[in-house]
Amino acid sequence: MYRQKSHFQNSFPTCNGVVARHKDRPRWWVLKLAEIIVLFAGIVIVILFANTAVCEKSYDYIDITNPYLTKVPLAIPAFKSMTPTEEEAAFARSASALLSETLEFTGLLKLIDPGAFLEDPGESGIVAPDIQFKNWTMVGAELLITGGVLVANDLVEVELRLYDTIKQQLLVGKRYTGQAGDERKIIRRFCSEVIFQLTGDRGIFTSKIAFISTTTGNKEIFTCDFDGYDTVQVTDTKTITLSPAWSSDGKWLAYTDFAKGKADIYIKHLKENRGAVVAKPGISTSPAWVPNQFALAASLSFSGDAEIYLLTGEGKIIKKLTNTWGIDVNPSWSPDGKKMAFVSDRAGTRQIYIKDVETGQEHRLTYDGRLNTSPCWSPKGDKIAYAASEEGRFNIHVIGTDGGGDIQLTYDSGDNESPTWSPDGSLVAFSSTREGVSRIYVMTAYGKDQRRLLTLPGEQTSPRWSLNLTSN
Amino acid sequence: MRKRMWIVIALSLLVPGLLLTASCGKKKVQTDTMAPQEDADAARRAEMERQRQSEEAARLKEEALKDEAVRQERMAREQFGNVDVHFEFDSAVLTSDSQALLKKKAAWLKKNSGARALIEGHCDERGTSEYNLALGDRRAESTKTFLVTLGISASRLTTVSYGEEKPIDTGKTERAYAKNRRAHFVLK
Repeated sequence: MYRQKSHFQNSFPTCNGVVARHKDRPRWWVLKLAEIIVLFAGIVIVILFANTAVCEKSYDYIDITNPYLTKVPLAIPAFKSMTPTEEEAAFARSASALLSETLEFTGLLKLIDPGAFLEDPGESGIVAPDIQFKNWTMVGAELLITGGVLVANDLVEVELRLYDTIKQQLLVGKRYTGQAGDERKIIRRFCSEVIFQLTGDRGIFTSKIAFISTTTGNKEIFTCDFDGYDTVQVTDTKTITLSPAWSSDGKWLAYTDFAKGKADIYIKHLKENRGAVVAKPGISTSPAWVPNQFALAASLSFSGDAEIYLLTGEGKIIKKLTNTWGIDVNPSWSPDGKKMAFVSDRAGTRQIYIKDVETGQEHRLTYDGRLNTSPCWSPKGDKIAYAASEEGRFNIHVIGTDGGGDIQLTYDSGDNESPTWSPDGSLVAFSSTREGVSRIYVMTAYGKDQRRLLTLPGEQTSPRWSLNLTSN
Repeated sequence: MRKRMWIVIALSLLVPGLLLTASCGKKKVQTDTMAPQEDADAARRAEMERQRQSEEAARLKEEALKDEAVRQERMAREQFGNVDVHFEFDSAVLTSDSQALLKKKAAWLKKNSGARALIEGHCDERGTSEYNLALGDRRAESTKTFLVTLGISASRLTTVSYGEEKPIDTGKTERAYAKNRRAHFVLK
């Protein structure tokens, strides 16, 4: 891995070998246009990974496992436009607004109103020697992000820096080069760096959410980015499509579909035209990929009773995982793939159970109420989110995998169902009827900042959050 | 000469007179023989008419009966398809009402030995769509099993579960939920 010291005095610190060649040029934005094109021709986007020298493990800023988390106040002044073109100024404004919006989405940071700012880095400068950190601590900012942009022909260059205003220290600085349409990608890459600095986790910025929507009049699978942008219709079966499930690498979706007149499971590669169908007598439903394996659990009723089976990615049965009279559905794997939570009515009411796949042992997790369903195992492995019905209304709960610490996250807001964790475990997406028709909402893992993810015609249900995807 | 003239006159009167007499006589004989014959014909005709009418009445009655039978048959067929078997919440157990209804359906299936039926299992919307697919499957299967125990060949019955995907009533009331928890029959 390329290692590099931090030089925020007179050079731009970066963690990437490709752009590191610039580090000794104090005024990089005066590069001639031709030079830029030569240097960055063919580069769509520069992917900058953590450098251990610069990016020390210093994430005592935000502990996402703290339920009483106080948001860290952050100031993002408008980015500096490096050449006085209107196009560049517009890009600088939209990029800084997008950065604010995207970081605010995490629920970890409190964005300070720009109206309160005492300093304009667009005028005074975006690097440490030019920044009066007191001006930022005075308005309550503990963190500051400055940015500079250069737009030349179709290429954009963006440099971004995150400062700790109290320690007056650069936490991370990055330079990105891309094409004009790469603004969102660039901003998300930097968000990932910021969140890594603050939490030690890469965050959610290359993840997607699959869900069911009746936009076309039929239930079809759609996907969108983690923040609700870029909605894409994935299936077009014109029948009933249910239960989307992402493989760990995000390349495959498994789902239930009525294309053959009954509920069968379809395993589909998202980019290549290949896949498999599990079409046994009875129903085939609730697929759940085993983490990091080309295998999945699913509930099949061909034996006369809905039991959970382990299947290969080609849809062949490996073994039966549950074998008790009663309906067993909705499997959800622990991140290590050793345990599986699921719903069973074996005790007469619908409850969540955990099975240790290695030892074969099963135990009941939920005891309160008659209808506990939709378990979703957290990415950190310690909690399970689920939907519980009390007095005819569904609400989202989170419970420890040991059965302790049950907390209710939604209250008095219609039916709230199908919880799904963001890949870093900081957020939970779910469906809710709080505004009438069912839509997808997002909240923090502790129930804060509940807001609608997106607005589409029709009803949206069954959100499933992917892991961070490498080929986004 | 005068005497001869009178003879001619007398004859000219007499001959037609005789002729007339003769024809009258004949006619009388005819009348006597025709009268009884005509009566018999009329009677027969009347009888025939009466028979025809009674036959027509019988035919109409029979037709009406046939229509009624067809109507009843149609009604029975419609009822077979339109009257659903209902279930308690989260249950695939057949209630005594459901069993009585299924006995009627079994009787109809026995009478209509060529008929084949698809049994659809449906649920109310509470709970996950996945659980409800499994519950609908169980409802359709328990309905089928009951008919098989009543002597209906399993090969005539197929099942499908739609879970909560095809509600009759989209309301969010207990009443709507009760309507949606059903096994529905479709003749194939």
